[in-house]
Amino acid sequence: MAEKSKYTKRPDGRKFEELRKMTAKVGVVKEADGSAMFSFGEGKEATTAFAAVYGPRTLHPQHMQNPRTGILRVNYDMLSFSVNERARPGPNKRSKEISEVSKWALGNVLELKDFPNTVIDVFISITQANASTRCAGINAASMALAHAGVPMKELVGSVSIGKMDRTLVVDVNKKEEDYEEGEGPTDIAMAFTSRGQNVSLMQLDGKIRPKELKEAVEMGQKAAMEIIKVQTKALKDVRGDVKK
Amino acid sequence: MSKEISNVSKQSIKKYLDAGVRFDGRKLDEYRDISVEFGVSENAESSVKVKMGETEVIAGIKMDVGEPYADSQNKGNLITTLELLPMSSGRHESGPPKIEAIEMGRVIDRGLRESGFIDFEKLCIKEGEKVWNVYVDIFSFNDAGGMLDAAFLAAVIAMKTAKLPRYDEKEEVVKFGELTDTNFPVTDLTPVTITGYKVGGHIIIDPTVEEEEMSEARLSFGLAEVEKEIMISSCQKGKDTILTSEEVGKIIDLSENKYKELFGVIDKAIKGIDKK
Repeated sequence: MAEKSKYTKRPDGRKFEELRKMTAKVGVVKEADGSAMFSFGEGKEATTAFAAVYGPRTLHPQHMQNPRTGILRVNYDMLSFSVNERARPGPNKRSKEISEVSKWALGNVLELKDFPNTVIDVFISITQANASTRCAGINAASMALAHAGVPMKELVGSVSIGKMDRTLVVDVNKKEEDYEEGEGPTDIAMAFTSRGQNVSLMQLDGKIRPKELKEAVEMGQKAAMEIIKVQTKALKDVRGDVKK
Repeated sequence: MSKEISNVSKQSIKKYLDAGVRFDGRKLDEYRDISVEFGVSENAESSVKVKMGETEVIAGIKMDVGEPYADSQNKGNLITTLELLPMSSGRHESGPPKIEAIEMGRVIDRGLRESGFIDFEKLCIKEGEKVWNVYVDIFSFNDAGGMLDAAFLAAVIAMKTAKLPRYDEKEEVVKFGELTDTNFPVTDLTPVTITGYKVGGHIIIDPTVEEEEMSEARLSFGLAEVEKEIMISSCQKGKDTILTSEEVGKIIDLSENKYKELFGVIDKAIKGIDKK
């Protein structure tokens, strides 16, 4: 029968299904067509992502253009001083993969058919990294795309669900990412669309039973809806600014 | 790469400059408002964001332990990188740093190195074997012109507020994430760069994007006050248009006159953090 989990308490005192305190702000890069920042957590514990959107703009080189639709490009970049041990600037295999899955996570909610031959560029910069950076990046990008006025069917909320030994937790932080005991840590990055609540990103590493994974998806779905509320509020706030 | 400026804009910008004002109402030798924020990344030894008008740039310091270079056995190593992030402007593209960013990074590196601002010998752990590598990483965040002078301010303020990481001498490893109370070793002089741009026959500082794009040449000076005297310790002329010796003289005067103002910005930012 199910053994008791060794993981009974989270290092930062959060409940198992509780997100870190979120901060979201829209319109943070003035040169961009749309931009936003999103963070999970505060101070030293925070993960902070910025996203800027440019486009739709003409895609070069020309042979990459698609006359049927516009295309989305996402570039995820973790700044060198965002982590404790300096990260070498520039792209690597990890950042290329994350860029690609972030593009898949966001691409489906966009209506790009009206913009043939163009590209929409999303640039994600992680300024401070303490776990769940790709999720923070996708959340920032979701708002930035909406801010840029790109036609979107839905917003996208992204969160990471962790399994510490046998306990499922929402929004893994740095200490949890490095948890060693029992069955160790399992990290599941997920993204959900706001209305259909469909899965648009799912990645996992660790060890998890099928039943637990189903539970994790449910937890992720709930958390993502909370995140989308935060996104919506930030987007409404910036609209308020314009009215003033 | 470059933003197309229409001839109409060019003509109006020039017309304004001829009348002694800028398109945005500033004087020719006037910086936009400058402000400083700390804590871009709490994982860095120090990190700052400098805003100069709408231009925003972030800089962070990271350190680790490495070997000294053959010609500086008792000195630490300084590695300065500047990236013009595609996030910061539609003019900047993804990919490895292009010459514009490389050149700017090198001008900043020289300004930091040659001014005597960094006490390199204090960055030596064991002569000939172990020294600190100091990474100054600068990223444009919102490029609305005049990036170089803002980036240099960010680098200097970051260095002045950085703490050394903990180095475990027994295990011979850097304990990343654990900072000591020891300040990064800087001397008591404060360098800045001041860049003059030649635009439509006039010399201006802190250009907007439009002014920068139509500028024909620029000249940057790295300078600091040493024993109550302004000393220039680095210089770079950029772009392919020539400057007359009068124009060079004008930019030298300008940088001497403007030093105090930028020094004031740095001083205020540091004092602000001391109070906390």
